[in-house]
Amino acid sequence: MFAPEIVIAAVINGLLTGAVYALVSVALTLVYGVLHIINFAHGAILTAAMFAAFFAEQAGVDPLIAVFGLAPLFFVLGYGAQRYIIGPASHGEDSNTLLVTLGLSILIENALLAAFGSDTRTIDVPYGFSTVDLGFVFLPAPRVIAFAVTCVTATLLWALLKKTDTGKAIRAVAKEKLGAALVGIDVAHVYAVTFGLGAACLAIAACVLLPSYYVQPRVGDAYVFVAFTVVVLGGMGSAPGAMIGGLFIGVVESLSGLYFGESLGQLGIFVIFILALLVRPTGLFGARA
Amino acid sequence: MTKHRTGISRRGALQAGVGLATGAFALPGLARAQATSIKIGILQPLTGALAFDGQAGQLGAEFAIKAVNAAGGVKALGGVNLEAVKGDALSTPEGGVSEVERMQAEGVCAIVGGFASPICLAASQAASRYDLPYIVDVGVNDQIVNRGLKNTFRFGPGSSIVSAQALDNLVKLNDAAGKPIKTIALVHEDGLFGSGLAKLLETELPKRGFEVIESIAHPTPSRDMSNVALQIKAKNPDLVIPSSYYGEFVLLARTMQQQRIKPKGIFAILNGAASNYRFVKEFPEAAENVIDTNHWYDPRNETAIALKKEVDGMGKFFTYNVALNYSAVLLLVDAIERAGSVDRAKITAALETSTFSKHIMPYGPTKFVNGQNTGAAPVNTQVQGGDIKVVFPDAFANAKPIFPVPA
Repeated sequence: MFAPEIVIAAVINGLLTGAVYALVSVALTLVYGVLHIINFAHGAILTAAMFAAFFAEQAGVDPLIAVFGLAPLFFVLGYGAQRYIIGPASHGEDSNTLLVTLGLSILIENALLAAFGSDTRTIDVPYGFSTVDLGFVFLPAPRVIAFAVTCVTATLLWALLKKTDTGKAIRAVAKEKLGAALVGIDVAHVYAVTFGLGAACLAIAACVLLPSYYVQPRVGDAYVFVAFTVVVLGGMGSAPGAMIGGLFIGVVESLSGLYFGESLGQLGIFVIFILALLVRPTGLFGARA
Repeated sequence: MTKHRTGISRRGALQAGVGLATGAFALPGLARAQATSIKIGILQPLTGALAFDGQAGQLGAEFAIKAVNAAGGVKALGGVNLEAVKGDALSTPEGGVSEVERMQAEGVCAIVGGFASPICLAASQAASRYDLPYIVDVGVNDQIVNRGLKNTFRFGPGSSIVSAQALDNLVKLNDAAGKPIKTIALVHEDGLFGSGLAKLLETELPKRGFEVIESIAHPTPSRDMSNVALQIKAKNPDLVIPSSYYGEFVLLARTMQQQRIKPKGIFAILNGAASNYRFVKEFPEAAENVIDTNHWYDPRNETAIALKKEVDGMGKFFTYNVALNYSAVLLLVDAIERAGSVDRAKITAALETSTFSKHIMPYGPTKFVNGQNTGAAPVNTQVQGGDIKVVFPDAFANAKPIFPVPA
């Protein structure tokens, strides 16, 4: 048995890790909720964003500042990718979209591999080793920042979906594509905006991840497997579900790592994945079929 | 009628097959006889997870080939130049095997490299089918030389040599410092390399008066070392022995620094980062005073010093891969010189009786017993003042150990 302060510290660590899972998952579930496609390029876009943040840092721009440039940039790239590549190439078939995003992910990963090699790269920021002292545990500052940034991003995204016309259009398209088109919503535009928002979320996740993690061409995969579990657990297409699911999965991973050994840390995640599919396939917050 | 015809065509096919096969076997021989260069296979994982090590290994081999050619080529064969046939093992055993097949088809006289144990195991076995001499550069798994393959030679030390030396040196280090170390925590990756080593240490350390109070396994890759650090913090061991690959050890060292976990020492064995210039350059504070037991170049050897300067000048890191592959290629060239031929059996025989000494490693006299160089040994390095120094054994040391680490 572990002392209570270790268990509490592990739970807090789990929450901090879970926040990043949540951010990656929100982006994934948003794209699923509206476009009804499972975006296989998700991990590759995250990796590309991490490389962008890495090179921004090499050029002297801290990731936390670079995020203000990279998030809009990735919004534009995501918009373009959906509007001019994924959309046209899928010819309205969901199964085609799946393959196009898969192809896109292979393309991005290998382009990164060809350009930068498979070395792991890390950055060293001034606050990289700073900690927040809670008395019984030191919390690494970069991860506390990541947690805060995730909360802010999630709130902004929620406000965007609930309060703005764009948000209403996105929700309308998600619910009823044909109806939305009939009342004059440009569906192709909304699709692209949604995909762009997803990419922007990934750019934000990349900027907060980098100070405490490393980047190499396959780094996104590790997060995406977890994100799929989170999305299933939280309910396909549900943003609050993805947030809570992400935090929950972070804690589960941390505790199962502590109790069953780090090698089996991921076991807890996938046990939950299977349980969710068996017992509650619609997820915690998913609409009932 | 039908039966008869099938019989003929089958025989025909067989004859054609035999013809093809003889052709294929005869061709490399023919090419060799008229060769203007000696082809040697340089096999490394150039892409994939192990690319960093593989590229360093290839660099070392290239330097050796360049040096031999610049000095007039292989003299016993009339000054013929060496030619590298480079192969990418893709960081997988299957990738290594398919490159061995290609090198065989291109008519190499021997292969050097492999880096990781699983690649070396598979590639040397594939080469053995053609009696193709194979010199392992790094792969430390003891099985590599314990299979009785006559073509396989390992110039560097295997894991049993390394761990025995590590234990001896740890005892010496601890005794010299007035025995400050009593309790030890092991942190190891959960694969063949880390788990095997941890098992050995769990039985051997108590025999030497140390208490192993925790043994923590972690997967490769790991995203987070917070829990590992928490467990170390809770147990408060005097010494931490980590056996992990590069990324994970860097993460652990950084997390330990963040959590202000300061044991009296970090004594690594065959660690992927603890004696890596890249780690020292990127995280000097986390790396300071870390001790490793690993392959290393002889810091007093003039060729090694000159080579390091050249590699540094290219903006690359002078890792042990560079020094080991440089030495392994020279070992092969020495064997070819003494064999006076590129005949595989003759090269193998020359390697078996090798007493090669012009390498840049801190080794005793070269002597192969069942394919293992018994002169090979690891050294203990310590990161001191942002540089990597050799602290053990005394014969090769260029610094005194800082132990225990001042709090």
